[in-house]
Amino acid sequence: MSANLSAIFYLISGVLFILALRGLSSPETSRQGNFFGILGMIIAIVVTFLSVGSFSGAFVYVLIFLLIGGLIGAFIAYKIPMTAMPELVAGFHSLVGLAAVFVAISAFLNPEAFNLGSPGKIKLGSLIEMSIGAAVGAITFSGSIIAFLKLQGIMSGSPITFKGQHPLNALILISILVVTYFLCSTQFSNLFWILLAISFLIGFLLIIPIGGADMPVVISMLNSYSGWAAAGIGFTLENTALIITGALVGSSGAILSYIMCKGMNRSFFNVILGGFGAAEQSSTSGSKEQKPVKSGNAEDAAFLMKNASSVIIVPGYGMAVAQAQHALREMVDTLKKNDIKVSYAIHPVAGRMPGHMNVLLAEANVPYDEVFELEEINNDFSNADVAFVIGANDVTNPAAKNDPQSPIYGMPVLDVEKCKSVLFIKRSLSPGYAGIDNELFYKENTLMLFADAKKMTEDITKNL
Amino acid sequence: MEIDPFIFRLSIFILSIFIGYYVVWSVTPSLHTPLMSVTNAISSVIIVGAIIAGLAGNSENIFNKSSIFGFLAISLAAINIFGGFLVTQRMLQMYKKKKKDK
Repeated sequence: MSANLSAIFYLISGVLFILALRGLSSPETSRQGNFFGILGMIIAIVVTFLSVGSFSGAFVYVLIFLLIGGLIGAFIAYKIPMTAMPELVAGFHSLVGLAAVFVAISAFLNPEAFNLGSPGKIKLGSLIEMSIGAAVGAITFSGSIIAFLKLQGIMSGSPITFKGQHPLNALILISILVVTYFLCSTQFSNLFWILLAISFLIGFLLIIPIGGADMPVVISMLNSYSGWAAAGIGFTLENTALIITGALVGSSGAILSYIMCKGMNRSFFNVILGGFGAAEQSSTSGSKEQKPVKSGNAEDAAFLMKNASSVIIVPGYGMAVAQAQHALREMVDTLKKNDIKVSYAIHPVAGRMPGHMNVLLAEANVPYDEVFELEEINNDFSNADVAFVIGANDVTNPAAKNDPQSPIYGMPVLDVEKCKSVLFIKRSLSPGYAGIDNELFYKENTLMLFADAKKMTEDITKNL
Repeated sequence: MEIDPFIFRLSIFILSIFIGYYVVWSVTPSLHTPLMSVTNAISSVIIVGAIIAGLAGNSENIFNKSSIFGFLAISLAAINIFGGFLVTQRMLQMYKKKKKDK
């Protein structure tokens, strides 16, 4: 296949990828969008085979490795529980990063195959692009591994900080630039390996100080990085499909990080520099006095809801941990049978990744037109009878509105306290991720339900 | 004077960033998780580089240092492509409208 013809097909697959993202603007068009994405991918792969055109012994191995990866991927996709979606996405990001690194390595070792010159005499532009792709890919890989371990709970979700962390990171980042410069000017191959090693290292170091609840930002950021890595490789390979896709994914991840940061009223740098939640914890624990809390059981909660005419449900990460989404939907079904209006309020940073709660509710067969974003529903709390907070905490804390001293001051929160009564399922009175007490617990109209979210929800259903 | 082809690729890149910007802002927030998984899948189009690297191994020496990395990258990207698209499909199947209006 001629180079021009294949370039046109790559362009087509790039356009199909744009349509894939475009489809996600509404659930009705989304499935069609995904189909466009698959089509674009098939075109890109087939065209690559045709343009190389050598169906030698290596061809069989390419198919075998493709099949092995495909089977693993399909298996994971069918087996993975929806609650584990953040871990899955983090894991997938690490694979994109590593794949980018491997492609860069093979291009560096065998530049002839890619028309980039010969070893030691790689075209300068290609070498720069290759180095960028490799370095960003390596950062994506190791950063995503840490994010994965934190989300999976293998590594503690609390931030890991040490003295001199920021100067060290800055030093490593500068050294990446210096090594890239010397690599490109001397073509000395050891520098390429050094570049990869320090890029892996900085990926680890950048993510360890970031706490568990900041993971929505981290995942989005790594999403963005994986795109830039792909774009870097796309420039090396002079492949339009890869350049377009890299740019799309890069800007997509960047926008998601922005939305997540805005949801927490924090700047991107504040999140990235990390350590949030570690420092505040010590300062608040000293001044804690015993305040009265009204706690109740499933019967009390059922009584309150039975007499309500409208209920708003506020899910959070705790719901995902307890896998309570199905139990919750059953409870809502019972409420609806009693002619009680139910809607769901989702805070942008609820859960561990953008849209996490929406997916879980969708899994439990909650129709998406009952689920509302913060801006859409926040005014309705004052007209609702009961707010049912299940596994959320900081996103409901009124301190964000009225306590300028609070670390979360200024963060947009759900106005749960405006409801006539608030039901709060929580395992204990412990403060949330931000390490701050929630004054909502001590309000006159709040009833605390101390239990596992799933068990409590089931008990309430029985009592309705 | 002739324009370096790099400039054309750069133009495509910059314009695509803008397309991405506007397209992604129009994505409804409830589909942000599928957005991440599908971007994951499409960024694995990096597999084209891996395939070129893998096929470059000639018949006497299929597994040379460069092509081994190519083969590994093929598998990694394939996990992402299949896993990413299928899990997105699985998620999108779950988004349903209310069956009947009250």
